[in-house]
Amino acid sequence: MKNETVIQNQALDELLIELFNKEKELLTTNDIEKVTQHRNEAMASFKQTGFPNSSMEQWRHTDLEDLLDEQFNYQLRPSKADGDIEEMFKCEVHNFNTEIISMLNGWHFSKNGQLHTYPNGMVMGSINAAMKAYPDLFNKYYGEIADYTSNGFVSINTALAQDGVFIWVPDGVEVEKTMQIIKMIDLEENLFVQSRNLIILGENSKLSLMHCDDSINQATSLINTVTEVYVGKGAKLEVYKLQNLNDNSALINSTFIKQEADSNVRTNTLTFNCGLIRNNIHVRLDGSGAHADVLGLYLMDKEQHVDNQIRIDHNVAQCTSNELFKGILDDEASAVFNGYIHVARDAQKTNAYQNNKNILLKPTATINTMPFLEIYADDVKCSHGATVGQLDQEAMFYIRQRGVSEANARLLLMYAFAADIIENISIEPLRERIDTMVKKRLRGELSICEKCVLHCGAPEKEYHFDIDYSKI
Amino acid sequence: MLLNIKNLHVEIDGKEIIRGLNLGVNYGEVHAIMGPNGSGKSTLAAAITGKEGYEITKGEIWYKEKDIMEMPPEERANEGIFLSFQYPVEIPGVSMANFMRTAINSQREFRGQPPIPAGELLKLIEEKKRLVDIHDKLTNRSVNEGFSGGEKKKNEIFQMALLDPTLGILDETDSGLDIDALKVVARGVNQLRSDNNAFVIITHYQRLLEYIQPDFVHVLFDGQIVKSGGKSLAFELEAKGYEWIKEEKLV
Repeated sequence: MKNETVIQNQALDELLIELFNKEKELLTTNDIEKVTQHRNEAMASFKQTGFPNSSMEQWRHTDLEDLLDEQFNYQLRPSKADGDIEEMFKCEVHNFNTEIISMLNGWHFSKNGQLHTYPNGMVMGSINAAMKAYPDLFNKYYGEIADYTSNGFVSINTALAQDGVFIWVPDGVEVEKTMQIIKMIDLEENLFVQSRNLIILGENSKLSLMHCDDSINQATSLINTVTEVYVGKGAKLEVYKLQNLNDNSALINSTFIKQEADSNVRTNTLTFNCGLIRNNIHVRLDGSGAHADVLGLYLMDKEQHVDNQIRIDHNVAQCTSNELFKGILDDEASAVFNGYIHVARDAQKTNAYQNNKNILLKPTATINTMPFLEIYADDVKCSHGATVGQLDQEAMFYIRQRGVSEANARLLLMYAFAADIIENISIEPLRERIDTMVKKRLRGELSICEKCVLHCGAPEKEYHFDIDYSKI
Repeated sequence: MLLNIKNLHVEIDGKEIIRGLNLGVNYGEVHAIMGPNGSGKSTLAAAITGKEGYEITKGEIWYKEKDIMEMPPEERANEGIFLSFQYPVEIPGVSMANFMRTAINSQREFRGQPPIPAGELLKLIEEKKRLVDIHDKLTNRSVNEGFSGGEKKKNEIFQMALLDPTLGILDETDSGLDIDALKVVARGVNQLRSDNNAFVIITHYQRLLEYIQPDFVHVLFDGQIVKSGGKSLAFELEAKGYEWIKEEKLV
């Protein structure tokens, strides 16, 4: 049995290598030279490593065998857009003024051209189109921090990716509107998607970004996303990732962030639904005074699996970082948290905080949490903590003694547990929306069938508790 | 009779704590239950309110002519039983306002009433805050989080006032309170007292009973009520301690 599986795995590896050789001309159509060079090197690396497997330390608790056994389709050209596709991506968040960039099955989709320059100077659109338009930026940034030598998913993405999102915020530009990337999967057959994003924030610029991964139907998809983010001196970035895919889908998300001096980054990864999710977030604090908040919330049930691998490099002195991941796991769901903080020899006055808190609702749910601190400087403050628990039974009784049903008492406590992650969302309409989504998710009412996670088109049910922050 | 407990036996982890307790409480009455540490006072409160892990092995608990022993805690609460906890639980992330709105609306739903309108709730909260001398924005804080001992106890009475129970059980509400907080708690209870409700006040000391006049005082010892009397019994206990009860019982 074991051998058969390995052969099939190799088959997928080989299939992709074959695809690369056969379709190279198509793959490199829009490339600048550097990108093609990265493709070749990444493919060479992939040939060596193949896909990761659970004998590797970093993949020990995330088993990919079944997933890689699946047969996938691969779209080398964009899907034909249907008439109502605009409607599909329309965002209905009340009072939430976003600029939407849409991706369907891995391909940029827009009526208004592939690349758009806004009046304030910001450029947003397809990475594919951006390469030739901004070769200097690509020569400087593309593939520089997304290390493909040690991770098969990053290497195969670098070799094969044809589309994704490009955002460039020039020096001094503060973008008022929230940018929203909606990546939707809508195909009846199994699909393997490589998605590649490049986000560049110039000095003292400002951007808030939402990145939504959704699926519409129940087909299996494997989405392999690599995102490189460069944050210039004094720049400010907020990224909210909303992950709401069907139970058959797998999302491998690798985000690399490089921060210059006095920059400020907040990422908030909100995992609501998906069969298997792997979030690699690697933050490099390369300029003094840089600060990163790396936050996450995962609400998993059934046999879902989420694996958060967070690495923060304190490379220079006087940087601060704050990691907080919270999860509620039901049924046979499993989660992994691996928080690695690396403090370089000269990174004095580092202040790094890391925490992972979990609630297991059933004894069958599992969490593997592993803090890992490697510190070479002597004047630093680092702390870490991890907790795994059940709902507080004393609190349950206290709430029920006031007349609240057991089910609602559970909801109240689960919501309370998630509250500090939600409170950290600074964009008010988004916070309210996510607040609603969390409540719906906890009540088991959040449907992946709602086109976009933010549509929340289903009529809202009456519920007994209504968390609100108004001044009652 | 509002509450009628007959020959109650309660075990925790197989150990019998309440051993044949009888207690009858009528509408309009205040009963004080006194006793030394470990006599079963808090176990009695837990058994009446339906806390898990407290196993009733024998006896009956009747409330409003209903056998409540199989009722879940929330149903007993909805029937009008309120417990002021000896150790109020901190619930970070749940605001007092939301907690109380949830509780009030749960109880209203049980009675077939629509949810309370926001304006009405606001008025009610302001009114009851005054009753227990809460001045700050207590209602925007998480339930009991970071509250001082006195604030927690005042918060229990505040909740009791909001929910307006038929049977209020105060489990050592006076412990750890300074005299001012004690007076506030007593004032709250005295204002709520009526012919349509009753209170069971569990206490170790008679101090609270100087401010809340009980109709009956019971002495709980070793899982049984060994002596019952009027208000004067409390003073006798204060003067003589519990030793004479023990001796009397042994004789």
